[in-house]
Amino acid sequence: MPNLNRIRAIAGKEVYHILRDSRTLAIVILMPILQLIIFGYAMNMELQNVPLAISDLAHNHASRRIIQAFEQSGYFRIIPVAVEDFVPEELFRQRKAQATLSIPRDCGEERTQMLLKVDASDPNTAQLIQNYALGILGGGAKSGLLDLRPFILYNPDLKSSFFFVPGLIAMILVMICALLTSISISREKEMGTMEQILVSPVSALEILLGKVIPYILLGLLDAFLILGVGMLLFKVPFAGSFVVFLGFSFLYVLCALCLGLLVSTIAKTQQAAMMMALGITLLPTLLLSGYLFPIPSMPAVLQKITLIIPARYYLVIIRGIMLKGNSVAELYQAGLSLIVMTIVMLIVAVKRFKLRLI
Amino acid sequence: MIKTEELTRKFGDFIAVDHLNLQIVRGEIFGFLGANGAGKTTTIRMLCGLLMPSSGRIWVNNLDVAKEGEKVKKSIGYMSQRFSLYQDLKAKENLEFYAGVYATPRAEAWENTLPLLEQFGLKESLNMRTAELPMGYKQRLSLVCALVHNPPLVILDEPTSGVDPQARREFWQVINQLAFAGKTVLVSTHFMDEAEYCHRVIIMQAGKEVALGPPRELKQRFEVQNMQELFMKVAGGINAKLK
Amino acid sequence: MSIVKVEGLGISFGNLPALKEINLQVPAGGIYGIIGPDSAGKTTLLRTICTLLPYKEGKVEVLKLDALKDAAVIRAQIGYMPQRFSLYRDLSVEQNIRFSARLFGVNGKEYASTLERLYQFSKLQPFAGRQAGKLSGGMQQKLALSCALIHKPELLVLDEPTFGVDPVSRQDFWDILHALKAEGISIIVSTPYMDEAQQCDRISLLFKGKIIGSDTPAGILAGWKGHLYRLETDDPQRLYGYLKEDLRLGDLQLFGSDIHLGSEDALEDAVFEKWQKGCPALKSWQQIQPNMEDVFLKMMQ
Ligand SMILES: Nc1ncnc2c1ncn2[C@@H]1O[C@H](COP(=O)(O)OP(=O)(O)OP(=O)(O)O)[C@@H](O)[C@H]1O
Ligand SMILES: [Mg+2]
Repeated sequence: MPNLNRIRAIAGKEVYHILRDSRTLAIVILMPILQLIIFGYAMNMELQNVPLAISDLAHNHASRRIIQAFEQSGYFRIIPVAVEDFVPEELFRQRKAQATLSIPRDCGEERTQMLLKVDASDPNTAQLIQNYALGILGGGAKSGLLDLRPFILYNPDLKSSFFFVPGLIAMILVMICALLTSISISREKEMGTMEQILVSPVSALEILLGKVIPYILLGLLDAFLILGVGMLLFKVPFAGSFVVFLGFSFLYVLCALCLGLLVSTIAKTQQAAMMMALGITLLPTLLLSGYLFPIPSMPAVLQKITLIIPARYYLVIIRGIMLKGNSVAELYQAGLSLIVMTIVMLIVAVKRFKLRLI
Repeated sequence: MIKTEELTRKFGDFIAVDHLNLQIVRGEIFGFLGANGAGKTTTIRMLCGLLMPSSGRIWVNNLDVAKEGEKVKKSIGYMSQRFSLYQDLKAKENLEFYAGVYATPRAEAWENTLPLLEQFGLKESLNMRTAELPMGYKQRLSLVCALVHNPPLVILDEPTSGVDPQARREFWQVINQLAFAGKTVLVSTHFMDEAEYCHRVIIMQAGKEVALGPPRELKQRFEVQNMQELFMKVAGGINAKLK
Repeated sequence: MSIVKVEGLGISFGNLPALKEINLQVPAGGIYGIIGPDSAGKTTLLRTICTLLPYKEGKVEVLKLDALKDAAVIRAQIGYMPQRFSLYRDLSVEQNIRFSARLFGVNGKEYASTLERLYQFSKLQPFAGRQAGKLSGGMQQKLALSCALIHKPELLVLDEPTFGVDPVSRQDFWDILHALKAEGISIIVSTPYMDEAQQCDRISLLFKGKIIGSDTPAGILAGWKGHLYRLETDDPQRLYGYLKEDLRLGDLQLFGSDIHLGSEDALEDAVFEKWQKGCPALKSWQQIQPNMEDVFLKMMQ
């Protein structure tokens, strides 16, 4: 039976470590926010100031209106190019322009054909440029007036934050939690303080539980911080209840912390623990949780692997809570999966944890 | 109190402790001497259950360490050679932490340690960060932490390294008090005047016992005046051969 | 010529004064010992000399350069081994030493010959390929020493270098220090071993952040007032208890199997004989010259 006094001793000491080490504390609190902001703006698929070269052979009212529409959109920056230099491939090669538009002489008449060429060496951007340009042309051509209203539809910013904020909460949480426990245990091994604990009658379970408990609070704090910043900066909606969010985040944080424990039973040094914790949380969460790529379209083998990625379940949960306002009834299955994973990892960690030096 | 039988520990091919047979009785102060790397710490760690022997057996209080590790651990107070308290904790917090780890009630822990803290002049420093204590005081605190749960067996690995001559004498006063109170004390040291205070010592060399007995008897057997000379003769002689 | 000159140095951490009014002159080309109890401020003093700590009060000159302004120049010419030296635990013994050598530009023949000399003292040659993290505590200390001694700076500062080193290696280590000194290198060393203090050319006694005396070891010993007796016994604890508790003698110290007894006046044999009746553990007695440990212990009272 684990002895509560011993667990409390270890957890209490861990709290001192956390509070004393103001720099780590700052990292734990500031890093998620920074990450959210950086990821948020980097993943933000809004275009700005794309260099666009236009060859206007019409020089009439209609063509000027089109050019003006591009200019005023803010997405494009029109670069002046002499008529004889207007060779799209050359402009792309010299990185002077990312897109070119040729307006024919008959602009303004029925069925004008315009040629838009886009530098697709970065396919994602090219896709966006195309969408934007079509939007501008469509709006300008049909109404015959300059009406910027439809453009808001093409500002993917609002839409993508729905998509990336929940994913980032899942990713940042698992990463930080796994780092916290794995480093805190491997640090004791490295500093030699573990030796003094191991001569006492504490059991592996007591040590591990004592290490996990204080970090649960820290993890939950992070969860709310990221959510808050996401709602504030990126205007994500929150349709569900905060209590449900708290409950399921607790399960997820616990699961991630146990993942860190497991890492610490393998890694001998802090460095190894850090690399390992990052390695098994960052990319798998990004790629295999259903965050960036939908799980049903993955090959069968990968689909199986996604079953052991905690973020996979948390994503279902958090998207459900935030966007659809799901409650426990719809989410309990995903929650159960997290609980099972946590228990399994804790058991394996206890079994693997060595009560000896080597 | 302690008995080992053909105790051996290998690291790969290297034999760090080589077929050691020890018998240490209750109330005894037993000293481990030997050159650096002789295998003192390795032996001590096996006695505490920190390392598995490669072969051989250990009994502490008639309990087999390999089988009843947890029971044995309760009866041991251990001070490691490498300083291993938490530097970012206050002295007092370290004490309370170890009391907690041994599930000793706070009041009892203070009762066990307060006289020692006073004797060591540590009481005023209880609220200082451990990292800020001078080396010698850290060692004193380590010793006190090893005694929070009032263990019958006290194992000290080089407790007086880095401690000034006055404090070394205080350490030994405490060690004597412990033995007087019926505790068994195992202690390793590189100070040969301290070796004189042990009831019995073992001198180790390359994992093996090269001399074992009460200091007085050993001095007679090797025809030397004091333990310093004895050490130079026994350990230094072998070192000379290595050269 | 003095290699280190400290005048009126004062350092405080927060409002705790660590060093007060330190005046020190370390002559070039000798071994200078800093002796004092734990918490006296030895490490702080050595760190200041190595330009590692800033100070507001007083003046520190090392190699005729100002420790505050010319820190970079000074550091290039001194070698410092801190109390808690850290090795690369995942590098082997030899790799650690070679790394230090490269750092200080020691190559070729000089490296080979110094290395051999260092192996003689450390006896680490059989373990040259072993990872530093897998050495015993004392072996690690010896490796750290070897790394510090691989190059030959003008001034070598060693903070408790023989921490955890066994007596045989300790003597070998001091032989190396004497050899370095013969090559003209100045050495400043702090140590809790009084037999080592006795091997220094000059020492300063540091006590509660103040220097209470600087002299040659012989000079310091000559300052001893009163008489000192060595009592030989087969049961030091009992005799110590008898003299201390029953007779309430103050100036008593255990020295291994002996007891040293200080006294202002000369003591007649009759006195000892009377004690012997009270406690038969007392075997013999003789008047002796004090050693450094006697002086240290007296200073502490
Ligand atoms: N983890 C390990 N892997 C390989 N060798 C080891 C390991 N731990 C210790 N050793 C080796 O075992 C030998 C004995 O080491 P031990 O620490 O017991 O010596 P010691 O007598 O305590 O020395 P010291 O006086 O320096 O503390 C040394 O040669 C050391 O290098
Ligand atoms: Mg050792």
